Amino acid sequence: MRKERLFTLERTRQLTADVYEMLFSGDMSDITAPGQFVDLELPGRFLRRPISICNWTRDGLLLLVRVAGDGTRELVRSVPGTEFPVLSGLGNGFDVKACVGRKPILMGGGIGTAPLYGLAQRLLAEGITPTVALGFRNEKDSFYIDEFVALGCPVFVATEDGSLGTKGFVTDLVAKSGCDFCYVCGPTPMLKAVYAVPQLTAGQFSFEARMACGFGACVGCTIQTAGGPKRVCKDGPVFAKEEIIW
Amino acid sequence: MVNLQVKLAGVSLKNPIIPASGTFGFGREFAEFYDLNQLGSISFKGTTGDARFGNPQPRIAETPSGMLNAVGLQNPGVDAVIAEELPHMAQIYQGPLIANVGGFSLKEYAENCRKLDACEQVSILEVNISCPNVHAGGKNFGCDPAAAAEVTRAVKAVTTKPVFMKLTPNVTDIAEIARACEEAGADGLCLINTLLGMRIDLKSRRPLLANRTGGLSGPAVFPVALRMVWDVYEAVKIPIIGCGGVTRAEDAVEMMLAGAAAVEVGAANLRNPYACPEIINRLPEVCEKMGVTDIAALTGAAH
Repeated sequence: MRKERLFTLERTRQLTADVYEMLFSGDMSDITAPGQFVDLELPGRFLRRPISICNWTRDGLLLLVRVAGDGTRELVRSVPGTEFPVLSGLGNGFDVKACVGRKPILMGGGIGTAPLYGLAQRLLAEGITPTVALGFRNEKDSFYIDEFVALGCPVFVATEDGSLGTKGFVTDLVAKSGCDFCYVCGPTPMLKAVYAVPQLTAGQFSFEARMACGFGACVGCTIQTAGGPKRVCKDGPVFAKEEIIW
Repeated sequence: MVNLQVKLAGVSLKNPIIPASGTFGFGREFAEFYDLNQLGSISFKGTTGDARFGNPQPRIAETPSGMLNAVGLQNPGVDAVIAEELPHMAQIYQGPLIANVGGFSLKEYAENCRKLDACEQVSILEVNISCPNVHAGGKNFGCDPAAAAEVTRAVKAVTTKPVFMKLTPNVTDIAEIARACEEAGADGLCLINTLLGMRIDLKSRRPLLANRTGGLSGPAVFPVALRMVWDVYEAVKIPIIGCGGVTRAEDAVEMMLAGAAAVEVGAANLRNPYACPEIINRLPEVCEKMGVTDIAALTGAAH
């Protein structure tokens, strides 16, 4: 049986104007793949907040949280020691075996960078060194570049205004990478742009949607796919390129 | 010992707590959290004649003390429900089932009900004439007493099991609709469905839901639902399933005091997947505090 867990906030670090890194302790045994998410219950908010898993150990959880509204603002202001009821290990996550025999590139846009960090570590554990391409609006909004570099991955950065790395988008970094398989997480326009790059003949795309339950019951987050209607929370959030219909 | 057993139009439930249609799918997801056989019954996902994808994204928005949904009756269609979902439900739940039935015409309601009536697992038909998120040429059967009565008669003519009409709160006088259903032969009523609502995104200056409007549910609607159950209890003799914003055992008891014979729990399941078993486990304690030994005696006791 699935269990609700109680996670304790250990520390919070501000990364940019609106992105925070939060470390929690608790039983992380529900988490089985990078790209899964947790659904945190916040005091005074009716719906839980689904947040992508950045990285995890047996008893530690790292989340990167972007302040998107009042709920997430309260979350990042929580003091260490605060306990949160959490549904953990939700969704399918990325498949690290999907890129075997290919050259993978991890492509993150803004807060979509978060799950790629845990994915990079699992790929490295499999003996695969992925290329990393991160896109941000500008240098001030960028984060986690040093963390990816520290893993030993080749890291390319693109910013919309050119204040850091290549001026443009993550898609502009694909040609020089020589990669043919993508693991992608970011806003929908970015997913669409990556999907359209011919060099990336296959890949896994992590989707975002407004959810009520996060565990497949309300079907609020359903999207149309080649295999019929699929719930982003339960059947996703990660979908293979061939499953996607825009 | 408190006896939690209740009866709905001759159907015996081991307790009055029922997950509401649209918040529980066909039980699969909740069976990962707990043994569904604790539940009094299950009202499964609203079923229409054809498979439906529902409305475009986004179709969920949070509200103060609740949420809006504009799912739009996504379901695999009645034949797939009978062929695939009900056999799976039989493995995870052996109690009496409530089939929630949607439709866009009298003919479709009757046909869907006839098919589900023939399923042995189904004990009660709950006919949804109140979904705020589908647009059937502007016609909403639940908003007009004559139309509500027509659906009731069409369904009763082709079924043998108890028929409960699920009513919308988006009307001037819900008691009038309730009376029309009773006169047309309904065996019971379920109320309320969601309240029509809206949110607007400040950045885009557009409605947050792609469907523009959605149905409000959660604790925000509880007092509204309670008042409507009260009004309908005064107006009809057939049993009422109270539904709307119930999140705690105390809320369920309030619903029964207002006139409900059983209680559906909806949006609470989405925030807390254990909401129903938690309510069921606390009901005896709440009853004992009130000096109640038979929960069925609470129905309408506030009148």
